[in-house]
Amino acid sequence: MASKLVIIGNGMAPGRMLEHLFELAPNSHDVTIFNAEPRVNYNRLMLSPVLSGEKTYEDIITHGDDWYAQNSVTLHKGKKIAKIDRAAKTVTAEDGTEAAYDKLVIATGSSPFIIPIPGKDLPGVVTYRDLDDVEKMLAAAKHGGSAVVIGGGLLGLEAAAGLHARGMDVTILHLMPTLMERQLDPAAAHLLQQAIEKRGMKVMLKANTHAIVGDGKVEGVRLDDGTLLPASLVVMVVGIRPASALAKDAGIEVNRGILANDQLITSDPDVFALGECVEHRTGIYGLVAPLYEMARTIAEVLAGQVAAYTGSVMSTKLKVTGIDLYSGGDFAEAQDREEIVLRDASRGVYKRLVIKDNKIIGIVMYGDTSDGPWFFDKLKKGEDISEQREMLIFGQAYAGGTPLDPTAAVAALPPDAEICGCNGICKSKITDAIAAKKLTSIDEVRAHTKASASCGSCTGLVEKLLVISLGDGYKPNAILPMCPCTDLGHGEVRRLIVAEGFKNIQELMQQLEWKTSCGCAKCRPALNYYMVSNWPGEYVDDNQSRFINERVHANIQKDGTFSVVPRMWGGMTSAKELRAIADVADKFAIPAVKVTGGQRIDLLGVKKEDLPAVWSDLNAAGMVSGAAYAKGLRTVKTCVGTDWCRFGTQDSTGLGIKLEKFMWGSWTPAKLKMAVSGCPRNCAEATCKDIGVICVDSGYDIHFAGAAGLDIKGTQVLTHVDTEEEALEMIVALTQLYREQGYYLERIYKWAARVGIDSVRQNIVDDATKRKAYFDKFAFSQKFAQIDPWRLRASGHEAHEFMPMRAFPKRIAAE
Amino acid sequence: MNPDWIDIGLVRDVPFRGSRIVSTGNGDIAIFKAFDGKVFALWDKCPHKGGPLSQGIVNGHSVTCPLHNWVVALDTGDVKGPDKGCARKVELMIDDGRIYMAAATLKRDAA
Repeated sequence: MASKLVIIGNGMAPGRMLEHLFELAPNSHDVTIFNAEPRVNYNRLMLSPVLSGEKTYEDIITHGDDWYAQNSVTLHKGKKIAKIDRAAKTVTAEDGTEAAYDKLVIATGSSPFIIPIPGKDLPGVVTYRDLDDVEKMLAAAKHGGSAVVIGGGLLGLEAAAGLHARGMDVTILHLMPTLMERQLDPAAAHLLQQAIEKRGMKVMLKANTHAIVGDGKVEGVRLDDGTLLPASLVVMVVGIRPASALAKDAGIEVNRGILANDQLITSDPDVFALGECVEHRTGIYGLVAPLYEMARTIAEVLAGQVAAYTGSVMSTKLKVTGIDLYSGGDFAEAQDREEIVLRDASRGVYKRLVIKDNKIIGIVMYGDTSDGPWFFDKLKKGEDISEQREMLIFGQAYAGGTPLDPTAAVAALPPDAEICGCNGICKSKITDAIAAKKLTSIDEVRAHTKASASCGSCTGLVEKLLVISLGDGYKPNAILPMCPCTDLGHGEVRRLIVAEGFKNIQELMQQLEWKTSCGCAKCRPALNYYMVSNWPGEYVDDNQSRFINERVHANIQKDGTFSVVPRMWGGMTSAKELRAIADVADKFAIPAVKVTGGQRIDLLGVKKEDLPAVWSDLNAAGMVSGAAYAKGLRTVKTCVGTDWCRFGTQDSTGLGIKLEKFMWGSWTPAKLKMAVSGCPRNCAEATCKDIGVICVDSGYDIHFAGAAGLDIKGTQVLTHVDTEEEALEMIVALTQLYREQGYYLERIYKWAARVGIDSVRQNIVDDATKRKAYFDKFAFSQKFAQIDPWRLRASGHEAHEFMPMRAFPKRIAAE
Repeated sequence: MNPDWIDIGLVRDVPFRGSRIVSTGNGDIAIFKAFDGKVFALWDKCPHKGGPLSQGIVNGHSVTCPLHNWVVALDTGDVKGPDKGCARKVELMIDDGRIYMAAATLKRDAA
């Protein structure tokens, strides 16, 4: 006699389980299914195409009524089980329907997580789990209007795209800083966000929902920061919880989900658990592939075979038409892992393989996902990829054959193969130009053909064409890459930031095909500076890309304490300022007070948590940050000039103060130290500064490009001017030119040597119009730069930087 | 509350690609949050010259010490690249958006 099998839940996993069972052991079981939904079995994965209108409900039915009839399965539609009686081996539905079992499978799935915020129960707030939800959304979408989707994960994005396709105005709110952070790395997430925004949906990251508002129905969503987004529909897709209550009430062991062993058997040997309600070896699965593996295991066990489910690695594909995305395995960075990254900016393709011990362990693909399953297969099989490594990232079509020499591959290209996509230059145009015009360098090829002159991503191909054409005659100019994350040098990156208008570090790394997913401690501060200096008022400074000194506006010392240096304009101070400094030193028990070489006072050994209070006191006495930590304007050293000195020719102190007051707060490629001496005796030592002024009877000699650090170098004279106003304009314009041309951490003397003094003179001295333009650009950027960072932080800005999360007194620690 | 774990605060209070510290009578512990939201903890001392790792630039799952640019892996505390050494790791548990530190951390260090 057939044994009685009862299944609670009629999702995809039980459907698959029965298919296997009927194949392995036909007629062995007498099957009864209780389904809380009033339907037959349908493919839940295909809800999104139903929502977007690409498919109908009928299209996604997997098992129709006739299938149940054919297999003599009793299906109770719309009957929710209320109770399991394990002693009597029966289940009872809410309407009283009862069934007895020999074996029971609990496949109750999961329930969507509802954020416990005000308004969560308002009509118009829906989740996204089943066809009922889809129907509610479709009804709402009929009237058009605005929808807010809370949750930027896989399902949230699918829901958003579906509603957008149905004509709603959609905003996606996501708590994390990047979309789908569990499946995607930041680079791929950035591409995805671009694609979504391009379609007309809005994405708000780091958005914390405060409440859903409305009178009797949803009218909008209020965020923590007070923003109110109007909405007639709110879809909450923030995660799932295993539905384990029924099992728990029956006394079956439950943790986060229903605990099951490798045979998917629960603490009761006659009860199996299947699907999203299962907790197996601490794992809970919400994707279909592992659920199918579980289904197969239970079918085999029921058929009397030896079987075990040992957990799954998962892959994901986003089902939004036109956006290709694939991820699988574990793609977090770690020390023992390597990565192979392919970025093809113009095609919007990003592929990343994470490799450990010569095996693929993680895959993230965007744009072109055709090889995803091929990679995933290697991942699951744990295949050794060392043989294929060179060409692996190019996928199945390439990795199979013998590895090609990259130069030979370029040589083999047909003459009409496109090399430079930006400018539409084919191979023969370049090789013909090299031959006809006897070109020998990349720059010459660029000048004559425009190939690789725009985005620069084909530079490597063009170089190979030079190698093929010239053989050993080609000597590549050695460009020093910025850092190991890129082959591009500082100059190239700066040029491209301006040419392509990059205002976002992540975007730049994507477009310029960075080799790491988020840069390193070398390139990030450099990129941040280039963008800050290029896009004043537009670029949002990335604090986490700054070195600690610039992040907390103080200098870190060897013991982890900080030094604090207030500005003393032109080296002038007063009894009031000195008293305030003394009071601060006493109040905060600051162990050392030192006079610096730049004519100001250094308070050394300040504890980090005291910094805001120290600044507050110094601010109260009228002092601001001296930026002694900054790659920016440091000091303007002066002598006393005509005010006091019997040799003074001009008001050197006054000019120094004017310069410092005009230029403080500006960021420069490296630190910028200046000095103004009142006569050629040069007491302010202006002739070894980055920029110096020597006052003479007839006016002002402007010097620059001195050094007195690692290198000792006297300044060069830039020019002579007659008035203070001219001196100020000249110096400011010179600084702006340096800001635009200098490489990050390149002091002014190195920059001058690289570009040549003549080029500086041509821009600043010889051409009054250009000079004025540089001056104006500097003045404009100062509008955004002259904000005292100390005042901001003393008033609570970024307070988290300075406070421990939690402090344990010594007593507890010593227990 | 489980006595083996001590609540030290909310995951969201640690900035992405940044860190916060927990001070103990025996030195500070640096709590890091990487770009992907993963949270790590190390004693706040670089194995090189004791620099405060919490003040470094966080990239991927590593931090660059602010004093001499040693790079330390957040998950193990091991120094990367040609330099050698290891910063001490602190066991954490994340639950419901809160960070819990192994209570043994405080005791072990005092011993």
